[in-house]
Amino acid sequence: MSIPADLKYTRSHEWVRAEADGTVTIGITEHAQELLGDLVFIELPAIGRVLAAAQEAAVVESVKAAADVYAPLAGTVVETNQAVVDAPETVNQDAYAGWLFRMRPATAGDLDALLDATAYQEIVDAAA
Amino acid sequence: MQKTVLNESHRRSGARMVDFGGWEMPLHYGSQIEEHHAVRRDAGMFDVSHMCAVDLEGPEARPFLRRLLANNVDKLKAPGKALYSTMLNDSGGVIDDLIVYHLDETHFRLVVNAGTAPKDLAWMAARLDEWRLAASLTPRRTGSGALAMIAVQGPQARQRVWQVLPEQRLACEALPPFVACATGDYFVARTGYTGEDGYEITLPAERAAALWEALANAGVRPCGLGARDTLRLEAGMNLYGQDMDETVSPLDAGLTWTVDLLSPRDFVGKASLLARGQQQQFVGLLLLERGVLRAHQPVTTVQGPGEITSGTFSPTLQQSIALARLPLATALGDTVQVGVRGKSLDARVVKPCFVRNGRILV
Repeated sequence: MSIPADLKYTRSHEWVRAEADGTVTIGITEHAQELLGDLVFIELPAIGRVLAAAQEAAVVESVKAAADVYAPLAGTVVETNQAVVDAPETVNQDAYAGWLFRMRPATAGDLDALLDATAYQEIVDAAA
Repeated sequence: MQKTVLNESHRRSGARMVDFGGWEMPLHYGSQIEEHHAVRRDAGMFDVSHMCAVDLEGPEARPFLRRLLANNVDKLKAPGKALYSTMLNDSGGVIDDLIVYHLDETHFRLVVNAGTAPKDLAWMAARLDEWRLAASLTPRRTGSGALAMIAVQGPQARQRVWQVLPEQRLACEALPPFVACATGDYFVARTGYTGEDGYEITLPAERAAALWEALANAGVRPCGLGARDTLRLEAGMNLYGQDMDETVSPLDAGLTWTVDLLSPRDFVGKASLLARGQQQQFVGLLLLERGVLRAHQPVTTVQGPGEITSGTFSPTLQQSIALARLPLATALGDTVQVGVRGKSLDARVVKPCFVRNGRILV
């Protein structure tokens, strides 16, 4: 199970990467894609949408189930990844390359409150 | 949780195992969609040993089935012929759907669903007792004499089976659809639940792992319950517990063709069916927008409300499809609205058979 050390995580199985320009990139974890199985439909938020932390932001659906993707922190959507909308299976192939959307956080320090790789690993292990 | 005799085989192949009606079964072995395509384009196999074969033996086996089943067992005239039927309660609801095979005049074999087998057996035993008919019921799922079942499906399925069981080829090559034959230790039926050609092979449990491995070596892809569900949905085949249950009449579940209301024969539930008639129609839905249809989503039509009973993303059509119960006045070709996660999406009403023998029909 791949859980890169340079990313932050949420209990709801999103990964979050801090970018140099102050934005954050968000996707679903390897563990999440494995639980869902083959993805067939992804719906992303509109660019410019303002989201509260833990608000529903996107939907990923596999053949068997639908799952909400939550905003890991408060902020504004600045970019979405059309490539995963056109080919949802790319998230199954590499969950960390198949990002979903980027946000500009409302407050710079919010990222620090998210889980690190060790803490997320414990959550995954506890669920196994 | 109960396990089939192929449990270890599945684990060795990297299956993700899930609880299905109290049985630990493979959901997929990596990619459900690839498994689906294997069955449509080549050959795949399913462990269906969680389903329960029940042998019904005795001089009054046929009279018993005449009263028990909604379909007419007298359509089974020659040994080997199979019949799909529902078994109803007194109010005309579906206790289970099943296949009955005619082995000989005093021996029929019923194959019932995994999770429903205990209540089915209890119901059948009670009816046998009530009607005082001379026949015995023997479930063949566990214990000594246990049987395993492997469904091999797809355009290349029969060829691959002959390759692996060359001694059985002569006996099963000439089988027409929906006919079975006993050959050696094997009971081979040209039946399935995918809309493709193929066989369902019943055999002594202790020989199942060897056959599974031989089929895999011959290029038959192991497929899990995930692919089984998308394949049966594309084929427009009902799933018990989802598309019908004890509260649903077979006439409202697209199963009118399996209910014999013409012959003077009486059967359990017949009076209720005749009194209530058909109240809804069972149709297919093709989603015209992006999204995925799921069970229990509400459908809005100009004739009134309806409900999706099964929905998924169809790997063959590359769009979402569903089975639904709608008002009787709704017509094929109508556009209806489905409530999908807070939005109203357009879907077209079609015949509930989307794909058959690899070909798209809608």
